[in-house]
Amino acid sequence: MDFEDTPEEAAFRLTVRAWIDANAPRHLEEELRRANFGSSGVASEDPIAAGKAWQKKKSEAGWACLHWPKEYGGGARTPIERVIWGQEEGPYGALSGPFVIGHGMCGPTVMTWATEEQKRTLLPPLASGEHIWCQLFSEPAGGSDLAGLRTRAVKADDGSGDWIINGQKIWTSGAQHSDWGLLITRTDPDVPKHKGLTMFFLSMKTPGVDVRPIKQANGASGFNEVYFTDVRIPDAQRLGAVGQGWEVSLTTLMNERLSIGSGMSTGFPELFRFCLDAEIDGRPAVEDASVRSKLAQFAVRQSGLKYTGMRAITALSKGETPGPENSIGKLVAGATMQDLAIYALDLQGQSGVLCDETSPQNGRFQAMLLRSPATRIEGGSDEILRNIIGERVLGLPGDIRVDKSVPFKDIPTSGQRKS
Amino acid sequence: MNLDFSDEQKQLRDQVRRFLAERCSPAAVRAILEGGERYDKKLYAGLAELGVLGAAIPEVYGGVGLGHLELCVVAEELGRVLAPVPVSSSIYLAAESLLLSGSQAQKTEWLPKLASGTAIGTFALAEGQGRARPDKIGCRVSGGKLSGTKLPVADGCDADFAIVLARDEQDKVSLYLVRLTGEGVSRQALESIDPTRGQARIVFDRAPAEVVGQPGDGWNIATQVLDRAAVLMAFEQLGGADRSLEMARDYALERMAFGRPIGSFQAIKHILADMYVSATLARSNCYYGAWALGSGAAELPVAAATARVSATTAFQHCSKNNIQVHGGMGFTWAFDCHLFYRRSNGLALALGSLSTWESQLIERMCAGNVETAA
Repeated sequence: MDFEDTPEEAAFRLTVRAWIDANAPRHLEEELRRANFGSSGVASEDPIAAGKAWQKKKSEAGWACLHWPKEYGGGARTPIERVIWGQEEGPYGALSGPFVIGHGMCGPTVMTWATEEQKRTLLPPLASGEHIWCQLFSEPAGGSDLAGLRTRAVKADDGSGDWIINGQKIWTSGAQHSDWGLLITRTDPDVPKHKGLTMFFLSMKTPGVDVRPIKQANGASGFNEVYFTDVRIPDAQRLGAVGQGWEVSLTTLMNERLSIGSGMSTGFPELFRFCLDAEIDGRPAVEDASVRSKLAQFAVRQSGLKYTGMRAITALSKGETPGPENSIGKLVAGATMQDLAIYALDLQGQSGVLCDETSPQNGRFQAMLLRSPATRIEGGSDEILRNIIGERVLGLPGDIRVDKSVPFKDIPTSGQRKS
Repeated sequence: MNLDFSDEQKQLRDQVRRFLAERCSPAAVRAILEGGERYDKKLYAGLAELGVLGAAIPEVYGGVGLGHLELCVVAEELGRVLAPVPVSSSIYLAAESLLLSGSQAQKTEWLPKLASGTAIGTFALAEGQGRARPDKIGCRVSGGKLSGTKLPVADGCDADFAIVLARDEQDKVSLYLVRLTGEGVSRQALESIDPTRGQARIVFDRAPAEVVGQPGDGWNIATQVLDRAAVLMAFEQLGGADRSLEMARDYALERMAFGRPIGSFQAIKHILADMYVSATLARSNCYYGAWALGSGAAELPVAAATARVSATTAFQHCSKNNIQVHGGMGFTWAFDCHLFYRRSNGLALALGSLSTWESQLIERMCAGNVETAA
């Protein structure tokens, strides 16, 4: 056991480090390092423009989308090289936030299902940061139950082969900045729910697409509602066969859960630093026995995630496929962060209620408190993740389903329950 | 980056697992639970023969001279089957004490016997209720003779010698080696929540004691020994946690209620998923501890406490929920769930309680630097 690079990995790391040293936007480093929880990283300039500039620079030097083939604008690097890149990119990685969904999920889906010509047109500008993509999946009626979605795609009756889209998506991250979207629709309500879906891609500037930011519970607006009113798109923008949308969506969702070694934040290092400074009865908080017990439990969750990531990287480094242990990442990080934020405020006493200039660490824990409920829901809720662990890792049977073989239109929904 | 065991270490694991499947069945553990012997002598002799007791003891002292990573692998397997043998007392604690600070004569005399299982050692720290602290050590050595009472001492009735923390004539805490079979020692077996592991009260009345390591350095040495033992015991706990999860999963697949396997209910599935999460976190933290132990890293105090806290939490969590998933059957004497529940709660207290280790973890992180936290 060791934490050392192989000679090849060490050489690659040096190459990466030299390039980043010479090319990264150094003037943003301090700001990115101190960036508050849940913020986009930079405030001194337009975060989208700063992200696009960094992505373009990386792309020109061959450092964009390391996991993609070169012909589509990628770097054709191994998984372990990708991990090393991420470690070396450090705080600058946050600049790529606007591209995470496009590079990690939409791109791989397009790569699997689009025509060669479409791939060569769509993917390079996505890799280089010229285009931003969003994922138009969740709906008011279908979140965890994604296949319950109701946005309709109907063949135009003019013989053009075009599709007419009507409906509403919700929780679409970054839709307001996006050039393209990956859209899943219902094309046949008369067959069981998973069989009547079809996937498309479309320009977000297509007439009839209306993006409305959602004011979230924490006051910010990272997510959007996207309305479709008689949006017409050509059949050529279909991905996979008509009725194959569920299968296509699984490509996307599998990629969503493949972010390995990314080590989600729990907020523990920040809480630990706070407890070194904070006082309880005139003594440093870390000297208090009850504080120590709490901190220790947070600490082992943080380090457990860290070393779970390293076990996955070990597998990659040996050319193996990591095991299912990485599936615990978001489940642990989300709940830990929420509990930790509540505890940090508790240690602040009555002043914990405040988020102003007196709040420790610029109000980081208050921001965490208000944002963390979303972490436990987005990208697979805690409950869905537990089902996945139970069924795919532990091999338990699926729940009994009352909606699987019923035509979609006959499935009861909230608000229009059928007897 | 390599946070995994080597192929050879994995082969050792398979070998030990096969051996234990044959030699340490649930029936063998029950035989100890039901009384008769305090530990499984045949199994212990078998483990010695296999060479695993001496895995981390150098060949010059009669061991196999592999290393601590191999001992971690063995510990996990012992934990999976709740092996009713004094390995933690004799190997993780007594042998490690001697390896760390024993004199040449002490090592030459005792280590070969510990490796071959012909002698058993133990470690006597606690003196009754409450958290152990240097100022609570009441046992005293005067003129080379130890007097005082230690309890509980794991495997105290079966050990040939104990490494004992006691005050010297200058009132400093030192470590002593005391033969338990000689004069001035009386021992009494104690009842515990886990009868598959022996506990004793040992009363010393002017028992001959020889110092181990530097006089006055006892607490410091004991701390280092406990750190090493904590990593090894964390692997036992990890093995127990994994096995508890497997038992619960298997039962959830086989037990039918309301016309379906109970594992198809989310109420059960989510309990099992949470057990998997805590066992996985513990495994990763244990590997961190193994790395620190195996490489002699300066981070060992933090890594050991991390592994210990995580593995204690995981084993307790998994063993109690194993009973819960089994329902009423899990609370019968006939089902094995309670054996794991007993062991998990026993191991949680051996080497010092969870809250003690939690406190030490944070103290050590403060003494190190903030970087450790990231």
